[in-house]
Amino acid sequence: MNLFDMIGPVMVGPSSSHTAGAVRIGNVCRRLLGETVARADIYLHGSFLATGKGHGTDRALVAGLLGFAVDDERIPDSFAWAAKSGMEFSFAGIDLGSDAHPNSVKLCLAGKSGRKLDVTASSIGGGQICINSIDGITTNFSGDCPTLIVHNLDQPGHVAEVTSMLEHKMVNIASMQLYRNGRGRDAVMVLECDQEVPRDGIRWLEHLEGVEKVTYLGMTDEE
Amino acid sequence: MFHSFDEMLAAAKSDKPLWEVIRDEDCREEAISPEESFRKMKATYRVMRETDKAYDPAAKSASGLVGTDAGKLEKYLESGQRLAGGFMGLVMVRALRTAESNACMKRIVAAPTAGSCGVIPAVFLTAEEELHKTEDEMTGALYVAAAIGGIIACRASLAGASGGCQAEIGSASAMAAGALTYLEGGTAEMVRDATAMALSGLLGLVCDPVAGLVEVPCVKRNVIGAVNAVTSSEMALAGIQSRIPADEVIDAMKSVGSMMHGDLRESGIGGLAGTPTGKEIREKLAGDGN
Repeated sequence: MNLFDMIGPVMVGPSSSHTAGAVRIGNVCRRLLGETVARADIYLHGSFLATGKGHGTDRALVAGLLGFAVDDERIPDSFAWAAKSGMEFSFAGIDLGSDAHPNSVKLCLAGKSGRKLDVTASSIGGGQICINSIDGITTNFSGDCPTLIVHNLDQPGHVAEVTSMLEHKMVNIASMQLYRNGRGRDAVMVLECDQEVPRDGIRWLEHLEGVEKVTYLGMTDEE
Repeated sequence: MFHSFDEMLAAAKSDKPLWEVIRDEDCREEAISPEESFRKMKATYRVMRETDKAYDPAAKSASGLVGTDAGKLEKYLESGQRLAGGFMGLVMVRALRTAESNACMKRIVAAPTAGSCGVIPAVFLTAEEELHKTEDEMTGALYVAAAIGGIIACRASLAGASGGCQAEIGSASAMAAGALTYLEGGTAEMVRDATAMALSGLLGLVCDPVAGLVEVPCVKRNVIGAVNAVTSSEMALAGIQSRIPADEVIDAMKSVGSMMHGDLRESGIGGLAGTPTGKEIREKLAGDGN
């Protein structure tokens, strides 16, 4: 927290959680996909569903997927901008369960190259967000720093491969989480880093035996 | 950031002006230069001015519940038949302008939150104009407002969902009151007392948005927050003291917030949201797909 959290951020209204946070969720999903979003099927849960239209949550999510920042004055007209840039989208309601944060959303995305990504995320207040799952596997990260997400088979050695690559690239790990949906089945590791992870390091991981998918959240929009 | 007014008052004894002490402390923590910080704060102040200037008196929010009121008030005040004209009238108009702009999805500065974004610009822009202050003086005063917000965030909360409206409009009002007192040449003790009186006046205010939207009563509560900031500052500048010290008022706000029922903390269930009309509006909007 600093002084500019007290006087700021500059944002398009009306709500830091339902508008600015929704833009940030869209931004993070776009960067996780790593390419232009061609189609987005968006499912609103709880308060996002109940008060989302009045707060412009729908337009904010689409704006975020288009790469607009939280203070971009095009946010209210994002549907028109999506049509112009050829991004298709749909909205529906969903019940993500009683454990889900009231301001939650599920996004099923397809990129222009056909890459697919399913994300659930929550806006947890003051514009802060949390990415709750990627492709059905639990995660818990804020999107505030470079984040590497590796899906792999649950077998020995993958953590060492990832961490030794990061050591080689001089990337310091800020936090690390491991999840699996069963012994020997699918696993995911989420590493929040202090520096950007170089592209060639990510490509090297993608070719490893047992690594199913690598998703990377960089801090810059590479479009 | 300071954790208490005691810390702030100790820092105010330095040779540097208070706002500079606040800025330099933040720069150390955030590793940015004082010049960069000042530029950023000034740019933020300019956004407040742009929002005020760009107010569209014909715009309505998506729900249709708010909009056009700042224009109505301005017209009425211009007619001359006014009780609270002059400085106070302008403060009221400006609070409505920015808060309505927020509801209409315009660009605003969350200060400290989006729902309370009209309070500080209302007081600051009017003070700049009516008291003939420079933009740099206003930027300096914005640091004082931010530091007060920091103390409240540290000891209590700035979110309606945790502390009710007292944490949003109350905090914005306290920040504006302290900063206005500083701008008017008040001592650090007066800044502290203005803050304490502003927050005390709004203690217990619940967060009860109709249909869960940042519109009713949020927009009009920005007016009371802004007016309360001016009256609290005037009292402090006159030498009136708060009987309860500012730090203890903030602690009381936290304790009141935690005693507040969940229905009165941004859930859109209790208070005005729970009145027959409030519920009717909610149902109507749900029918319209809002």
